[in-house]
Amino acid sequence: MTTTTLTARRPDIRSWLPEYGVYLAVGLLILYNIFFTPYFLTLSNLRIQLIQVAPIVIVALGMALVIGTEGIDLSVGSVMALAAALIPLYLGYGVVAAIAVSLAAGVAVGLINGVLVARVGLQPIVATLAVFVGGRGLAVVISDGQLKDIRNPDVLYLGSGDLLGIPVLVWIAAVLVAIVAFVLRRTVFGRRLLAVGGNRRATELAGLPVKRVLITVYVICAVLASIAGLLSVARIQSSDASAVGLLIELSAITAVVVGGTPLTGGKVRILGTVAGALLMQLVIATMIKHDLGPSTAEMAQAVIILVAVYVARERKSR
Amino acid sequence: MTLLEVAGVSKSFPGVRALDDVSFTLRPGEVHALVGENGAGKSTLIKVLTGVYQPDTGELRYQGRPVSFAAPMDAQRAGISTIYQEVNLIPLMSVAQNLFLGREPRNPLGLIDRGRMEREARGILADYGVTTDVRRQLGTLALGAQQMVALARAVMIDAKVVIMDEPTSSLEPREVQTLFSVIRRLHGQGIGIVYVSHRMDELYEICDSVTILRDGRLVHTGKLAGLERIELVSMMLGREMSQTRRQGFTAFAGDHETDGDARPVLKVTGLTSRTRLHDISFDVRPGEVVGLGGLLGAGRSETIKAIGGAYPIDSGTVEVDGAELKRPTTVQAVAAGIAVQPEDRKAEGIVAGLSVRDNIALAVLPRMSRLGIVSDAKIDQVVERYMTRLRIKASSPDQLVGNLSGGNQQKVLLARLLATDPKILLLDEPTRGIDVGAKAEVQSLIDELAGEGLGVVLVSSDAEELVEGADRVVVLRDGVVVGHLTGDQVTTEHLMAGIAAAAPPEEPA
Amino acid sequence: MTPALLDGSPAMSATDVARSERTDRIVGVVQRQGALAVLVTVVVFALAVFPDFRSLDNAGTILVAAAPPMLIALGMTFVIVTGGIDLSVGSLYVLGGVLAAWASRYGLVAAVLVPLAVCGLIGLVNGLLIAYTRMAPFIVTLAALLGARGLMRAISDEGSTTFVVQSDAFGTLGTGSLLGVGNQVWLAVVLVLIGMLVLARTGFGQSVYAIGGSEDASALMGVSVRRTKILVYVLSGLLAGLAGAVNAAKLGSGVTVLGAGMELDAIAAVVIGGTLLTGGAGSIAGTVAGVLLLGVIQNMINQVGDLNSNWQQVISGTFLAVVVVVQTVLNRLRRIS
Repeated sequence: MTTTTLTARRPDIRSWLPEYGVYLAVGLLILYNIFFTPYFLTLSNLRIQLIQVAPIVIVALGMALVIGTEGIDLSVGSVMALAAALIPLYLGYGVVAAIAVSLAAGVAVGLINGVLVARVGLQPIVATLAVFVGGRGLAVVISDGQLKDIRNPDVLYLGSGDLLGIPVLVWIAAVLVAIVAFVLRRTVFGRRLLAVGGNRRATELAGLPVKRVLITVYVICAVLASIAGLLSVARIQSSDASAVGLLIELSAITAVVVGGTPLTGGKVRILGTVAGALLMQLVIATMIKHDLGPSTAEMAQAVIILVAVYVARERKSR
Repeated sequence: MTLLEVAGVSKSFPGVRALDDVSFTLRPGEVHALVGENGAGKSTLIKVLTGVYQPDTGELRYQGRPVSFAAPMDAQRAGISTIYQEVNLIPLMSVAQNLFLGREPRNPLGLIDRGRMEREARGILADYGVTTDVRRQLGTLALGAQQMVALARAVMIDAKVVIMDEPTSSLEPREVQTLFSVIRRLHGQGIGIVYVSHRMDELYEICDSVTILRDGRLVHTGKLAGLERIELVSMMLGREMSQTRRQGFTAFAGDHETDGDARPVLKVTGLTSRTRLHDISFDVRPGEVVGLGGLLGAGRSETIKAIGGAYPIDSGTVEVDGAELKRPTTVQAVAAGIAVQPEDRKAEGIVAGLSVRDNIALAVLPRMSRLGIVSDAKIDQVVERYMTRLRIKASSPDQLVGNLSGGNQQKVLLARLLATDPKILLLDEPTRGIDVGAKAEVQSLIDELAGEGLGVVLVSSDAEELVEGADRVVVLRDGVVVGHLTGDQVTTEHLMAGIAAAAPPEEPA
Repeated sequence: MTPALLDGSPAMSATDVARSERTDRIVGVVQRQGALAVLVTVVVFALAVFPDFRSLDNAGTILVAAAPPMLIALGMTFVIVTGGIDLSVGSLYVLGGVLAAWASRYGLVAAVLVPLAVCGLIGLVNGLLIAYTRMAPFIVTLAALLGARGLMRAISDEGSTTFVVQSDAFGTLGTGSLLGVGNQVWLAVVLVLIGMLVLARTGFGQSVYAIGGSEDASALMGVSVRRTKILVYVLSGLLAGLAGAVNAAKLGSGVTVLGAGMELDAIAAVVIGGTLLTGGAGSIAGTVAGVLLLGVIQNMINQVGDLNSNWQQVISGTFLAVVVVVQTVLNRLRRIS
């Protein structure tokens, strides 16, 4: 009898680091802070960190799915702005209507992106660039360039309320993480998504509805971005379309990439993405606490991105 | 005097001996055919000649001196140019720019002299019969004209050897004639040409000598003139000439019981696709294995893909169980019960980054789920069934398919196809690149599936496999059905005769 | 033994050949001159509708405002033609401005050379990483975007210090004019002309097109892929730094808050100008038209007093979407014909 053809896989650092490096880094940073940063382990500090990271995590979830199909979505920041601009406009019809409208805007943008990518066949970066450029402008136009205060208590509850001692914002992010992880792991759609990202041609030949999967991914990403936009408005208690979600596409892509999701598709690491977002947040927080300004944090982020992509880089195959 | 010579060259890759002690000689002014089926070692030999690979053992001699090329550019500078099957020029640049890239004529200021470049380009290309506007983007030209530009560029850089890898595979007849007149001119100038092609007529029209490779070994080398076509084909495909149908090379049992009057499970009528397929018709009855015979580029893979909705067709119909599919998409084809195993397992078959389980369940997820949520219990049942039935050797269903051996990858792919409960199975080189044991297993599996009433279309470059596996063989040549072997005619000899000649023989030669 | 003539078209009737060549020509003209045609139309429209648009002053305003984006888009054109992308230019633009203002205390030469050196160096790092590690240009220049912004903030005391230009000579570079045309417009015109010559008429320019068209084929044809890639990112860094310096000279200080999103405006201008984001085709003339088009639209929106200036972004975004979709469709037409 022949033995199994399992190739012996030693846990060498080349394969181990991209998988778990981000957790290690988060762990080390937390340990460092516990010992060297005063007031790090206080409830209020932990709350602030989590509240700040929540919108990034939500956007990064969608980004992770898109990147899992070998795509990218630059439009998320603009979608957040659109959602933020629409909220005060429709609050008059009730909270539900306002939320529904801003989510519908997300669906619309996602459809545009998805159709451009899947049907017209544009590169994802180009397809989503148009909305990136135009979307925020439209949002500012919609809101007339004004910063609008939000006083609706239901909306404010989403941004600053507590549930069982934990901010509602954090709950929402956690629930979304759980849902996306579930969708990815346990649904037909999630498994198809990974297959499309892993080998689009083979998936097509296997008779899977590749275009539909791609369009759905961009819609999900945009809807998550509008949720993030909504929550940002709720948190800062005002809607400023020119500022909400500015440059968040960079933070989201960074979180995904640092979290070990390869840009080449076929693999999505949801928990890694959350850890990636946390890592970037902690880097900034740590530096601020130690009187190193955002400048150092940004340069550190640049290095972290490069290192993460470099270690996870496709090994030369074939 | 020899122009280019390799002596006793071997080249191995992990798990494969691509070239085994191969020698090859090219004289000035000679047009030398290099032939062999896929995996015979042709492309490896070409890559050794052009500096892409360095041989493990053996020697490369050029103009009488031993040489070694570290990179393709070295070989090019030395005067060995290659025209690839896929034109390797820049489609978005103009014809003239492509011709002169890297050696553009300059004006006194050191800037590129466009006028002169275009004038010279027109002059040079006229010799190759290309009269198009040289300012046009190369990519907008017909492939024949692009091929000529590539050839002109290759010769322009003082080439002494020009290697042509299937130069006519996408050319039309008149373009082929133009190419040949250019080749004859180069021949007159003393340039040595290595000509790779599978088209018999072309080889006999243009080539002086021939080298045949099979399984990485040199089978024959010599003048082409005295060599019968049938001998050439049998040396490429078979182990030796055989008068009768033989058994025992493969794990296939005998013929399958089929009801000659049964309604065909697959009926293909008049399939036509641009320059590749012309009016291809055949049918497959339940429980029958129909082989598609022919050389590389004869249109076998294209036919299979066209049936599966993955290759564009201009006209023709595909019927499954009497239901007509009009220009099916892959989704419709799979839904109709067509399962395609593509030739290129890695690029088009498996999803290497997913587990064995996910690969097997890939196409049947909706059946394994409720409300879009996958039932792992159901999947495990199916996966276990097929892993056992196909004897897939993996450490667990969770192992990544990319880490399996070729044979097991192929079995996973077949498991995925079978899980869709197909009515018709289209297999393109199902045993290529897998070890002997797995090969036998796949072959008996094909028998077994046909026994269960599936219709099977089998493409194989292995003549014995095709003849022993198939109940009937449809012979293709240049995208046209040129023969149909049934009953006693299903022998390697008839197959080769069919491939070598234009029409199927009336009786055994 | 005269060869059969190949006219470059697949076998078909003479009318088909003529039609194919005509489609080909039309597609080519639309791709190359589309942006220019739209620019002319928009300008004619503006001349007719807005009385203030007609003044020479206004033309000067448009050109002066367009000069820094023009320089950035010039570098971006080279990068995009190779099939790459440079997201770091917005940050480099700001960094260049801050460095120029800071270095102006050491005179004109320092004010110009320091930003060029630093931004060129960052461009070099981009180029080296992209050429040698085969990491995606998108990610490498994204990191450079963050790194350069960090560097700028570090220099400017977390953005709280604004350096004032201290060299009159340097200040004149931004505020002075020659023959009634602003110095920075002259600079942009000269560099654009040089850029056109380099891209169209030098070996380097040909390699830029070649590797954008097909990296593998160009390598086989003897093009030095790595060197070309490194050079375009250096060029892009240098031009972004220079644009920043010029802008600092004009404003009289190194402003730390501008430049966000500048890279995407530049990409938009390049793409609207007919350069394919997939690489291999494009022209600087098109980019000039793209930059001016965006500038004119902005100017027009300013003329309509009560119109929100953010319409400009909406219009740019729409333009961009239309242009890329039309390009894709046109290319398909071309393939089929």
